[in-house]
Amino acid sequence: MSEVVRLENVAKVYTMGEETVEALRGVSFTVGSGEFVSIMGTSGSGKSTCMNILGCLDVPSRGVYLLDGVNVGELSANELAEIRNRKLGFVFQGFNLLARTTARENVELPLVYGQLPASQRRDRALAALERVGLSGRENHYSNQLSGGQQQRVAIARALVNQPSIILADEPTGNLDSKTTVEIMTIFQQLNSQGITIIMVTHEPDVAAFTGRQIIFRDGLVVSDTPNKALSATPVGEVTGL
Amino acid sequence: MSTFLQSLLIAVRALRVNKMRALLTMLGIIIGIAAVIAMVAIGAGASKMISDQISSIGSNLLLVIPGSTTSGGMRSGGGSSQTLTYDDAKAIKAECPSVAEVAPTVRGSGPVVYGNQNWSTVINGVTPEMLVVRDWPVVSGRNISQSDVDGATKNCLIGQTVADNLFGATDPVGKIIRVKKIPFTVIGLLGRKGQSPQGQDQDDVIYVPLSTAQRKLLGSQHPNTVGAMMIQAKGEDVLTKAEEEVTALLNQRHRIGPSREVDYTVRNLSELLAVSEQSSQVMSMLLGAVASISLVVGGIGIMNIMLVSVTERTREIGIRIAIGAKKRDILLQFLTEAVLLTTCGGIIGILLGVAGARIVAALIGWPTLVSLNTIVIAFAFSAGVGVFFGFYPARKAASLNPIEALRYE
Repeated sequence: MSEVVRLENVAKVYTMGEETVEALRGVSFTVGSGEFVSIMGTSGSGKSTCMNILGCLDVPSRGVYLLDGVNVGELSANELAEIRNRKLGFVFQGFNLLARTTARENVELPLVYGQLPASQRRDRALAALERVGLSGRENHYSNQLSGGQQQRVAIARALVNQPSIILADEPTGNLDSKTTVEIMTIFQQLNSQGITIIMVTHEPDVAAFTGRQIIFRDGLVVSDTPNKALSATPVGEVTGL
Repeated sequence: MSTFLQSLLIAVRALRVNKMRALLTMLGIIIGIAAVIAMVAIGAGASKMISDQISSIGSNLLLVIPGSTTSGGMRSGGGSSQTLTYDDAKAIKAECPSVAEVAPTVRGSGPVVYGNQNWSTVINGVTPEMLVVRDWPVVSGRNISQSDVDGATKNCLIGQTVADNLFGATDPVGKIIRVKKIPFTVIGLLGRKGQSPQGQDQDDVIYVPLSTAQRKLLGSQHPNTVGAMMIQAKGEDVLTKAEEEVTALLNQRHRIGPSREVDYTVRNLSELLAVSEQSSQVMSMLLGAVASISLVVGGIGIMNIMLVSVTERTREIGIRIAIGAKKRDILLQFLTEAVLLTTCGGIIGILLGVAGARIVAALIGWPTLVSLNTIVIAFAFSAGVGVFFGFYPARKAASLNPIEALRYE
């Protein structure tokens, strides 16, 4: 299992006026290819900061973050943009689709910045939508889709550039329990196809779908355990939903 | 290029979403550009009208008039003495190499009568060269000939205004009219010349042979003198040279020296043209400047709306940055949107401006002139306003922090 992510003693300090806030205080872990990891913790535990650093939206104050062996801290803003475009896929809590834009166009968006010809963009967007089970909805506008469908469009958008990792920030936070299971099932299917997924959540029920749980508290990793229950139990039963 | 096309598509979509707002924002630019186009068109039209009037006198002309007279210590105005002669005119024609034609003239006025119609008009005694110098065609009949001048015949040419007043619709050529009670045969009808730059009706005139006017009509004390001479130079480039030659020759002929004051004046009519062109250019520029102010106001409107748009779409910008848009992409996107707004406004403004100029021309009768140059400049200016006023909002969008932008509600 090759290594996709390596964090070594990563710290992040924010300065707010006179005060400095240490959001991360030396976090180290690695994620191998094909893993499905959930990062848990209460608010203020540093999990969102860690996610922003993993997503190359922010750079560590100290420590080293290697993504596919590349030290992200040494890259320029444009190189970071390129990494976000090619190696990372984002799924947000609030779906964050573009309004008044069709599902297909939303999925195509990363390809637009990747300078792909229109016909290829279309084919790849349709293929990605098929993988999340939204074939036939490609011409629906985002406001014509339900929350679960919107999140599936967002997953397709994250998938479309064949990234090294999909980063999901509370992807089920705005969804009801039935839809949550739907979305988590899709993540599990994608993971079983070999896609690496790192997901932030504060719900143990959701974390139970993942293969490994990392728990943050006060800017430090307090536990990092494989989810033994998952391998033994079929999807859905373990959660009791 | 595909990046640019992509930005254009995004911009078109963004504007379509808010059609009313886009239109209202454009309105500032539309009004600005339309005003610039219409104002410049009116200014250029006025300028052309003036230069047409001036060139209707004739081109490359010098005017020689007699100097002032002094009687009993009182100096009369220029042209009051009678120092220029027909012989001076002949000498200038013969001896000045840069001079093409010389047209001496005497001028008076009096009543003309045909049948039961009468009309008071300007009577000019001229030689055949006058119509050449003034570039004035005879539309019916013939010009005064040299033999008319030599023989002091009682033939005359009449202007359109005189013809309208005496003859109405009938052809005047061959008819006998009485000028100051002396019968004259109308041998030709002059073409329509219109107003002079001073606002005089140039068609209200009768031309008779110079000698006839001198001896029989105007009753001068000095039978051979002329009131003025119009001199046409061989070209615009030798106009100044012709002026020098004429001055030198007249100084010599009139024995001008330390003991004798200059008794004539040479005026360059092209200077008149240059001065009036300059003044109408200044007017055009003033009109353009006033109109440009509204364009700047329109630009500020664009900037305002673009700033609102950036704030409204903070989340969208965050998404775009998160999925791999570079600063440059975001900058280009918003800049394209601003430029699209202003150029659309520019195009509409150009159409309205041209239409406005036409309407002014039709309603008030002012001539207007829309040049391709103005249109191209106006379009470029509208795009420039977009870049200038769109840059700050676009830069603001491009430098948003994606983490905060994604959290923005």
